[in-house]
Amino acid sequence: MTTAGMDARVTIRLNGKEREVAADITVSGLLDELELVPGMVVVERNGEILARESYPDVRLGEGDRLELVHFVGGG
Amino acid sequence: MSVDTSYGGRSEEAVMSTHGSADTPFVVGGREFDSRLIVGTGKYPDNETMVRAIRASGTDMVTVAVRRVDLDRTREEGILHHLDPREFFLLANTAGCYTAEDAIRYARLARAAGFNEWLKLEVIGDETTLLPDTQATLEAARVLVAEGFKVMAYTNEDLITALRLEDAGCVAVMPLASPIGSGLGLLNPYYVRAIKERCDVPIVVDAGVGTASDACLTMEQGVDGVLMNTAIAAARDPVRMAAAMRDAVVAGRIAYLAGRMPTREVAVPSSPPLPG
Repeated sequence: MTTAGMDARVTIRLNGKEREVAADITVSGLLDELELVPGMVVVERNGEILARESYPDVRLGEGDRLELVHFVGGG
Repeated sequence: MSVDTSYGGRSEEAVMSTHGSADTPFVVGGREFDSRLIVGTGKYPDNETMVRAIRASGTDMVTVAVRRVDLDRTREEGILHHLDPREFFLLANTAGCYTAEDAIRYARLARAAGFNEWLKLEVIGDETTLLPDTQATLEAARVLVAEGFKVMAYTNEDLITALRLEDAGCVAVMPLASPIGSGLGLLNPYYVRAIKERCDVPIVVDAGVGTASDACLTMEQGVDGVLMNTAIAAARDPVRMAAAMRDAVVAGRIAYLAGRMPTREVAVPSSPPLPG
């Protein structure tokens, strides 16, 4: 991989806001970067819920819409 | 040893010792719960108070909401950092949803969290009163039941909607006592009784209870359980109020089972008359 390739960035839409991430980052990589525990969040990518087992394999691409949700207090 | 099957196969002594009074078990969707009180986890002054209050309430089922992770303040953690899902059965809600489509989406997200397929289905129809959109609730209930969810449906105190939700396969119907967070107590005991008398699934009154007497009065109608959040969370001392609610729900249940005396418009002495 060239140096330029390693530095490549893509823009995704994360919880409604644009965010630049490394090109080809995995969902696991993104959760790491955000310091989130995979077991405590649910990830929806382009409207589809991702299975937790797939987090290390799913790579994010330009324009992906990602929603990260978790349980909060509620009645 | 004699076992009375009307107590869920347990001896009367065993039931009396755990609940203080012989009762059938509280079973929802094939799962038995020790407490007839279900408690919400929102709006507590802090997480420590929440956990202490929930423990004091004696509940074994708590509701949680599904929301976007707040990425700007990732230090504000999800509720599972404070509440042990092995200690309490988690009932995810669809609170805040205004359409069947949204409620279905949030239900699926909740199930993907991996705890269970239970759901408190709530579809709101009006921002001011937070009254339920019963038509959208029914629509969402049908879809979610078909997807294998165990749906406990929040609704108003309308008998026809309750019957339709039962028909749709909901495991519990949850009519309100009064609007969410209002603390107005049980406004329509007659309608709630009518629902209880006509439905076979458990009836859990959800929303509107303000204080312990409301919870007691609600249980005295013969419903199977009560769900509350603000009444505990917004009390001056949530932990104390949770304990009061625990006792009120038990007292109301036992009073219902005991059968209240008839009311009269005239006094009747309790002591024998004096001679002569």
